[in-house]
Amino acid sequence: MRISRGEIYAGRALLLGLMAITILPFVSIFMTALHPSGTLPRGLEWPDDPQWGNFLEAFEVANMAALLRSSTFIVLAVVPVALVMATMAGFAIGLLRIPGARALLLLFVFGLTLPFEGIITPLYFLEREMGLLDTRFAIVLPLIALYMPFGVFWMRAHFANLPSDVTEAARVDGANTWALFWRIHVPLARPAIASLGVLMAVWTWNQFLLALVLVEDPLQRTMAGALGAFQGHYATDIPLLCAGTILILLPTLVVYVVFQRHIIAALLQGSVKG
Amino acid sequence: MYAVFVLQPLALTIQYSLYRWNGVGPATWVGLSNYVTVLRDPDLFGTIIHSFQLVLFFSVVPVSLGLVTASVIHRVAPGRFGTVTRTVLFLPQVIPLVAAGIIWGWLLSLPGLINQALDAIGLGSVTRAWLGDFDTALPAVGLIGIWVLLGFCTVLLLAGMTKIDPALYESARIDGAGWWREFVSITLPSLRYEVGVCLTVTIVAALAAFDIVYVSTGGGPGNSTAVPGIQIYILAFLERQVGLASALAVLLMILVLVIILPIQRLSREERR
Repeated sequence: MRISRGEIYAGRALLLGLMAITILPFVSIFMTALHPSGTLPRGLEWPDDPQWGNFLEAFEVANMAALLRSSTFIVLAVVPVALVMATMAGFAIGLLRIPGARALLLLFVFGLTLPFEGIITPLYFLEREMGLLDTRFAIVLPLIALYMPFGVFWMRAHFANLPSDVTEAARVDGANTWALFWRIHVPLARPAIASLGVLMAVWTWNQFLLALVLVEDPLQRTMAGALGAFQGHYATDIPLLCAGTILILLPTLVVYVVFQRHIIAALLQGSVKG
Repeated sequence: MYAVFVLQPLALTIQYSLYRWNGVGPATWVGLSNYVTVLRDPDLFGTIIHSFQLVLFFSVVPVSLGLVTASVIHRVAPGRFGTVTRTVLFLPQVIPLVAAGIIWGWLLSLPGLINQALDAIGLGSVTRAWLGDFDTALPAVGLIGIWVLLGFCTVLLLAGMTKIDPALYESARIDGAGWWREFVSITLPSLRYEVGVCLTVTIVAALAAFDIVYVSTGGGPGNSTAVPGIQIYILAFLERQVGLASALAVLLMILVLVIILPIQRLSREERR
């Protein structure tokens, strides 16, 4: 390709500009977080006396240790269950082609476009009746169900695209459906399952609406839900709020940097399939 | 086989029951009069108007800007520089939307970075509390949406571009096609499907915007940034008008379906 030098420089300048716009907000809250608690600094200003203690204070004020445990518990409760269910349902619809598979699939596809806001009200009243409100399960159970449309759709796409040779060969060897599923197809589907798991974990961690409505105690919420409560209490103390925000962001950022290839690939595949 | 057929209906039961709550909710608590109220009350109907305005910011801008950015990366930065750009631009997509709301709530506040920058380039007269001003609050929320969604669109469109046969570009160049001509007659048509996906995702994000708005403005000042998601929350849980909230929720879901289905159909058909 012959591309003029000017064009290359102009293009790169544009990209650098965009990157700066993306990163500057993070820099700004980081610098703000270092100002003395309770002051009102300017947007981008390195403090004379960096208050690294703010992070410690925010960690304690927000009860971060309990929060981390709570969020981890919710993620660990949601993701494995949702994965098993979605994989089995995808297997039944995509590979076994059980009767009514098309109708089921259509139902799930409809669920894909469903905004959470649409069902949050009945969900609240139903959980109140079941006595689930204000427990972590108030978040866990609906999330598992809400991930089903996407999860089933995702796994079905995987199973439906498999060549049928594998299945036939296993059948000839006398494998029943149960063995076929666990011994042959689950190991083969591992990459698809892993991507789905990463996606669900990130979504769960960041889930806000369900946590806000269904659980009143921030310590029983997801990370994002707790951040909402933190903001409510410390809206006036900007440096502390920024420090807390950074602390809550940190786990996600670390996971992103480590798994960025997987996450980007998973999110993209996910949306293209969906 | 047994387990597959026992566990799978189980999964579906949870699934079904969720939908039935939703379906039954309006039927038990709401008559049609609630829908009339939603459509007549300027405040409630206004939320739907607002969400359409947000579509402009959340969807139109990121998709078009994403197209430009992706083609620039594709053309001038195929190597490591492009990868770094991709990773950085995608960053806002993985952080909680609540965090994005808080960060921008600070940047757009009176002493925030935006006003500081405006001061620095001599535009001190236009500085204001962007999210607290009736005229600027909604566009300011839209700006947050652009920041969050641009990376997603760029990366998705870029992935689509790398699948385009380079031979197409070469023959175009032999025919003397410039950058713009190339973009319009090769890149854009090949990306119809990806553009469709981007539009779908971003429009749903705009119509169902809750996290960002809740954290950054809470629907205010006045009602100027109230979107259906916020209004449902306020009605159902603060004002205890469950019927009205549900009616609005149903309308929101219908709205999403009505807008998304044609886009999906269009992008899928044109793919063949």
